[in-house]
Amino acid sequence: MYRELRSHIISLLEANTRLDGRKLTEYRQPITVEYGVIKTAEGSARVKIGETDIMVGVKLEVGEPYPDTPNEGTIIVGAELLALSNPEFEPGPPGIQAIELARVVDRGIRESKALDFKKLCITPGEKIWMVIIDICPINDAGNLFDASSLAALAALKDTKFPAFNGVKVDYKSKTDEKLQLEKTPIAVTVIKIGNKFIVDPDTEEEKVVDARLTVSSIENGTLCAMQKGGDMPLSAEDIDKMLDIGIEKGKELRNHL
Amino acid sequence: MTYKQRIDGRSFDETRPIEAKVGVIPRADGSAMFKIGNTWAYAAVYGPRNLHPKFLQDPQRGILRCSYNMMPFSSSGERVRPGGSRRSKEISLVTQKALLPVLNLEDYPNSVVDVFIELPQTEAGSRCAGICAASMALADAGLDMKDLVSAVSFGKVDDKLVVDLDYSEESYPDGPVADIPIAMLPNSGKISLLQMDGEVTKEELMKLIGMSKKVLMDIYEVQKKALKDKYKGVEM
Amino acid sequence: MSEIKVKDKEISVPGEVLAVGMDVLPGAGTYREGEKIVANRLGLVMMDGRTIKLLPLSGRYMPRTNDTIICKVIDVGFNGWRLDTNSAYSAMLSMKDATSEFIQRGANLTQYYDLGDHIVCQIVNVTSQKLIDVTMKGPGLRKLKGGRIIEVDANKVPRIIGKQGSMVVMIKESTQCNIIVGQNGLIWIDGGPMNELLAIQAIRKISAESHTSGLTDKIKEFLEQNMPSKKTHQD
Repeated sequence: MYRELRSHIISLLEANTRLDGRKLTEYRQPITVEYGVIKTAEGSARVKIGETDIMVGVKLEVGEPYPDTPNEGTIIVGAELLALSNPEFEPGPPGIQAIELARVVDRGIRESKALDFKKLCITPGEKIWMVIIDICPINDAGNLFDASSLAALAALKDTKFPAFNGVKVDYKSKTDEKLQLEKTPIAVTVIKIGNKFIVDPDTEEEKVVDARLTVSSIENGTLCAMQKGGDMPLSAEDIDKMLDIGIEKGKELRNHL
Repeated sequence: MTYKQRIDGRSFDETRPIEAKVGVIPRADGSAMFKIGNTWAYAAVYGPRNLHPKFLQDPQRGILRCSYNMMPFSSSGERVRPGGSRRSKEISLVTQKALLPVLNLEDYPNSVVDVFIELPQTEAGSRCAGICAASMALADAGLDMKDLVSAVSFGKVDDKLVVDLDYSEESYPDGPVADIPIAMLPNSGKISLLQMDGEVTKEELMKLIGMSKKVLMDIYEVQKKALKDKYKGVEM
Repeated sequence: MSEIKVKDKEISVPGEVLAVGMDVLPGAGTYREGEKIVANRLGLVMMDGRTIKLLPLSGRYMPRTNDTIICKVIDVGFNGWRLDTNSAYSAMLSMKDATSEFIQRGANLTQYYDLGDHIVCQIVNVTSQKLIDVTMKGPGLRKLKGGRIIEVDANKVPRIIGKQGSMVVMIKESTQCNIIVGQNGLIWIDGGPMNELLAIQAIRKISAESHTSGLTDKIKEFLEQNMPSKKTHQD
């Protein structure tokens, strides 16, 4: 369906450039991170990468712990591909694209131990904090994975605990107690088109992706989560190169927090 | 007789501070943001565009489809479960009825104009904010519209008639409260949304409707300016 | 005596009173309500003698007979192709209008135009139900190979083409690109990465400043300052 577009993009990549003149491993500019944009959330952030615009809100709820982890709180990540943000999105319950987005963002935060779940315990075996992260795109101009991950991290950084009297949460009074982030995992999605690798695909580039690898890494370059997508397979050399790009670009993106 | 002064210090016929901007969602055919106090609405318009399934198509005119949704973190209390509710479906319906009178969709048979309203933050008056954003977005999308639509909640708190109730007034404990969202076509003064919750006499209601024209004309001026500002660079 | 409430080239919004009085006539994008002439859309005020009309600043493309448009093939059938016209309505290209060659009945139509191909065609007919027929028979109508396609607001197309094509010819010459502008807002550009990018930047600039004066000179200056050859020289 996109034969001509694909061959055009590949010829541009061979000439070391892209549709908008960027270099292959260049993110769109500007990248902006705004904190605390949503007063009704316990933590929030808005991230823009080029024209892609995502809002993430964090709500804290008190609940019961899972039976196998009685002293640990938890996170729940939700994403809705709002029809508002992209003419291709249809209204309705989250489809597989939204579910994958939510789970990839979740994995980056959870597996890096960015949050110490034990610190989210209120009363062992009875009450724990649930950190609920909701991802809402306002404008989808490509690369929802990276923008959503960055926004989720920023929203967590912004999060303050609401008052809790042991029985009920009082959302109207926030305490000064901030949610503590132990690590900052950053997700970078590396795209393979033909035999070239790019980051931060725009809407047109996303139509001709052969394969993608979303790499989440922490400050010291250790990997904490990965997701391969796309119809084509990757060789070991491909993965090697893509991981390098993912870790390097992760360091750059982290500077925006 | 206890409501002497509004909790946030406004006068009784004053709205909360308003911010409006047009063209905030590049992928949409038309878009706008409308913020009143702490209630914040985005609207995106896509269309006229293809409509599936076929049985929804109207061979005489395009149809207007509206969707109102609160983001999960938008409520001042607990998280809102995503997926809409009966309330949001009803608001989607009355929003559609509020906007339809200004549109002429006869040039677009069998097609649809989709309006998506999303609220990242709400604190009373959300359906009216959504309608204000949606009407700017429809104009931004270049549709034939004989007027914009402006909306705000009117009502009564205790014995005072008020404009633009905020959350504390909606839940005022010490006396009767009435919450009356009204949407109006500013040029003709005709009303396209009228709902009511609470206690009010007919005389009080007619008085509020009388007050509404001036307040809604002020909101229309804000919407007008937001539309013109987007295209400011275009003027000579 | 009539009173005109707005200036030429001012932006007007739906419901705004443009003029009062029976001497002024309501043109496109306006309607009369009693003594008043009112804006029927968001648009740019244009006085045309005694008529006041509004030029659209936005709005999806509405297919019109005789328009030359760029379409994408979205379905290949037995007797023809269905095309995406970048509007709410798809178009039909039937076998008999597809090419100057003779196509055998039962031939495999994908060898002519396949799914995903972009073609330049001309609208032959639009019914009241917006069923659209197009033809590929005519000068300049063909399948597009190579290059890239961008989308602009269809309302800006006249400005991008310019008086008798003067604007688009200027861009073509400066950037050495082949350019075909569809009335439906799709534009095909072919000329190599740097040249295409410059042409696209010039087109986007025209779109953004479409109703300012002196645009032709501004674009000429923009192209001269940003010519790829000039840029590498400065590196």
